[in-house]
Amino acid sequence: MTMFLSNLISGLSLGSVYAIIALGYTMVYGIAKMLNFAHGDIIMVGAYICFTCLYSLGLPPAAGILASVVVCTLLGILIERLAYKPLRQATSLAVLITAIGVSYFLQNLAQMIWGANPKSFQTVIPAGNLSLLGGELKISYVSMVTIAASVVVMVALSLFVGRTKMGRAMRCVSEDKGAAQLMGVNVNLTISVTFAIGSALAAIAGVLMCSAYPTLKPTTGAMPGIKAFTAAVFGGIGSIPGAMLGGILLGVIEILGRAYVSTELGDAFVFAVLILVLLIKPTGLLGKKIHEKV
Amino acid sequence: MKKTTVSRLLQKYLPYVIVIAAFVVCQSMISAGTMPRTTKSLLIPVCVYIVMAVSLNLTVGISGELSLGHAGFMSVGTFTGIVIAAYVREVFGCSEALQLLIAIVAGGVVAGIAGFLIGIPVLRLQGDYLAIVTLAFGEIIRNVLNCVYISLDGSALRFSFNRPDLPGKLLFRGPTGATGVSRIATFTAGFILVLFTLFVVLNLVHSRSGRAIMAVRDNKIAAESCGLDVTKYRMMAFVTSAALAGMGGALFGLNYSTLTPANFSFNASILILVYVVLGGIGNITGSIIAATVLYVLPEELRAFADYRMLVYAVVLIAVMLLTNNQTIKNYLNSLRSKLRGNDQKKGGALHE
Amino acid sequence: MSEQIKRKSDTKMVPFPSRAIVPERDLGKRPVLECSHLGIDFGGLRAVDDFNLTIGKTEIAGLIGPNGAGKTTVFNLLTKVYQPTSGTIMVNGKDTAGMNTAQANKLGLARTFQNIRLFNQMTVEDNVRIGLHNQISYGMFPGILRLPSYWSGERKQHEKVMELLSIFHMENMAGEKAGSLPYGAQRRLEIVRALATNPSLLLLDEPAAGMNPKETEELMDNIIKIRDQFQIAIMLIEHDMNLVMGICEGICVLNFGKVIAKGTAEEIQQNPEVIEAYLGRQKEDEQ
Repeated sequence: MTMFLSNLISGLSLGSVYAIIALGYTMVYGIAKMLNFAHGDIIMVGAYICFTCLYSLGLPPAAGILASVVVCTLLGILIERLAYKPLRQATSLAVLITAIGVSYFLQNLAQMIWGANPKSFQTVIPAGNLSLLGGELKISYVSMVTIAASVVVMVALSLFVGRTKMGRAMRCVSEDKGAAQLMGVNVNLTISVTFAIGSALAAIAGVLMCSAYPTLKPTTGAMPGIKAFTAAVFGGIGSIPGAMLGGILLGVIEILGRAYVSTELGDAFVFAVLILVLLIKPTGLLGKKIHEKV
Repeated sequence: MKKTTVSRLLQKYLPYVIVIAAFVVCQSMISAGTMPRTTKSLLIPVCVYIVMAVSLNLTVGISGELSLGHAGFMSVGTFTGIVIAAYVREVFGCSEALQLLIAIVAGGVVAGIAGFLIGIPVLRLQGDYLAIVTLAFGEIIRNVLNCVYISLDGSALRFSFNRPDLPGKLLFRGPTGATGVSRIATFTAGFILVLFTLFVVLNLVHSRSGRAIMAVRDNKIAAESCGLDVTKYRMMAFVTSAALAGMGGALFGLNYSTLTPANFSFNASILILVYVVLGGIGNITGSIIAATVLYVLPEELRAFADYRMLVYAVVLIAVMLLTNNQTIKNYLNSLRSKLRGNDQKKGGALHE
Repeated sequence: MSEQIKRKSDTKMVPFPSRAIVPERDLGKRPVLECSHLGIDFGGLRAVDDFNLTIGKTEIAGLIGPNGAGKTTVFNLLTKVYQPTSGTIMVNGKDTAGMNTAQANKLGLARTFQNIRLFNQMTVEDNVRIGLHNQISYGMFPGILRLPSYWSGERKQHEKVMELLSIFHMENMAGEKAGSLPYGAQRRLEIVRALATNPSLLLLDEPAAGMNPKETEELMDNIIKIRDQFQIAIMLIEHDMNLVMGICEGICVLNFGKVIAKGTAEEIQQNPEVIEAYLGRQKEDEQ
């Protein structure tokens, strides 16, 4: 039983990381209508920036986190402006291939800067555990901070999208870019802000993820990125609570699958979930149905 | 008039002409002994990657669906081919050429079946979702292969899942893959396989079924309203593509003594996609040239190899941005119509 | 006005079974289309409600109504792009319940689209060949292996394509990309492609949209020519009242998803409800 609870908590913790990444994914997909394949690699860049600040520059953890958020935000805006903005009218195939190109570019650039060898990332959160049930169940501080962070991020994001002027502009652009522009919404700015927020979230996710799983490689972000997209689809793409729910469920499924069914097939489980969801409810758990006009 | 017929014929058979010419040149260099050993070792992989690129172009260019799991089908073909080749050698004592033929056919059949099974769920989706699910299946195939063990016990093949303790000689052992494979692949076989792939893909495209596949790509709703069974034609392209990838994979597998499932990761799928995109989506000749040049260049220029993926990434982005740039598109179109206008004028003069 | 009536060849419209009307010449034949109580909901919105329509075997029928009345939705229901929430559609006496768009086409329903849907990357000839897909066919393997059935099938398709293109004098455009044709030619190509599927009812969604008066005149003659040559029924959605009143024998008026009037051009023009909902406003505009 305690074993199960302990697995459940690691699942929740991993799921929270997925949820934070998925929140960024879902916002970008909802507004720019593109699958930003490079989103996962922003996570990796965020983690490397934090790593460099902490070990090469000897800065305190808070400064490292701040630096990685700032760098990733700027990187997100830059990528959108240079690579995606010229393709607003292009086919989704062209945009997706470009995004794959950006993803490869970031991975290989990171490899040139930081090398291909894995770096050992030391946690920015004090190591240690909270002991429960007479010491049988241990919850690491990292897990607790991660879960709390994801809840805070989701609430903040919901408030931002629901209550602010920029949030309203985002919802407006996601429904109809043309109409939004005619109503005086600055579409380019709105899309830039969306990429900025998504990338900032990716940076936070990167630091949290590497605190829990301390191996840092140029390809570190790729798999979590794809899984987070899975989570966003699972929850219903474009929906903020959906991304949160999808992320948490996916993390739990992955950890429990590894623990109780097969270690080798952990990733296969996650993808099987994606396929099942898309077939049974293509709009995800909390998504809305869209009709094609004939 | 005669000139246009000649140029049209040449255009139609250009892919074959290029491949045959390249084969003749390579063969004469080999028999003259002027081909360096390193280049010679690239010949079979180049053939395989041409097959991979042309077959992926069938899905991406002709059928219009972005598949990110092509290496998955390749790996199915590779390991089927390796196991079947060993099986027919040990049990029936077939000659090497026959082993190779049976292995390639088996690789194609099994990958085709995998393509069909995966196609059932995948082809119910479209666009980005389809792409991400093909990626997912590519990863699932690799994950599952990591757990599969196959041994040859007397004259029987034995399979197990996650249990390496099989009786007999292990042919395939999960994450360690296949080791001690007898390298029976030949350049001539690769050449024939490329011709076969071109024959299948080009003839399919220029036939009733191929037109149906392209119609579904161009406008699904209009295709349905013309009485086309959309799923059937999407499946036809997907399975054909998977089967050809499996055949290429089998040849690939029999060219190396050791291969593991990790060789066929997502990166391998992307590499093939890069060939297709840079050769021109839907352009078969382009795929052949891109696969050859992009495979040979980095192998020949070792110093460049470190930057290879970085350069690929930049080129991939640049090609997408340039080919989708409205100004450049307009310029090319006006250039093209100008050229055609001149042609028509000449034609008119002839008729007068 | 007198010229328009002449175009219609003075057909008398007669009641068929009870509520419906068909041209007198089609009386003894099975109607090509019988819809009863057809309806569809879009998340609470009743887009089409209790739609009843019978079309005679060689009738030219019109479906008119203000914007947003549900005309294209009716086409989408008939061709099974949407599945109706209620009601039945019979094509040549066969119920289309549970069928998809392709099966409805095989049963004899072909259509064009309001926003043209051609296969833009393919040539004009190949677009029409797609229409012939189920008419002149051979399998995938004969195609790849270039067996005799491939050669004979391709030849027959080519001959038929040229024959169909000649209706609109488009033979010289056969080699051009469909997407690069002028607008009017694209609309005509869509009609040719639909005709190639050998339909018994041709559905035209705003065939004259974007055409000048001269092109519209030609189109009217061509619609009648197609009906006479192929002996099929044609139903069209159109906002050009000259065209509708000039060639349509039976006209159905739709407003807010409901049929408000059915009858001949004369009857529709006199109907007070129609005048109020649709034509009336137009008459006021004219004054």
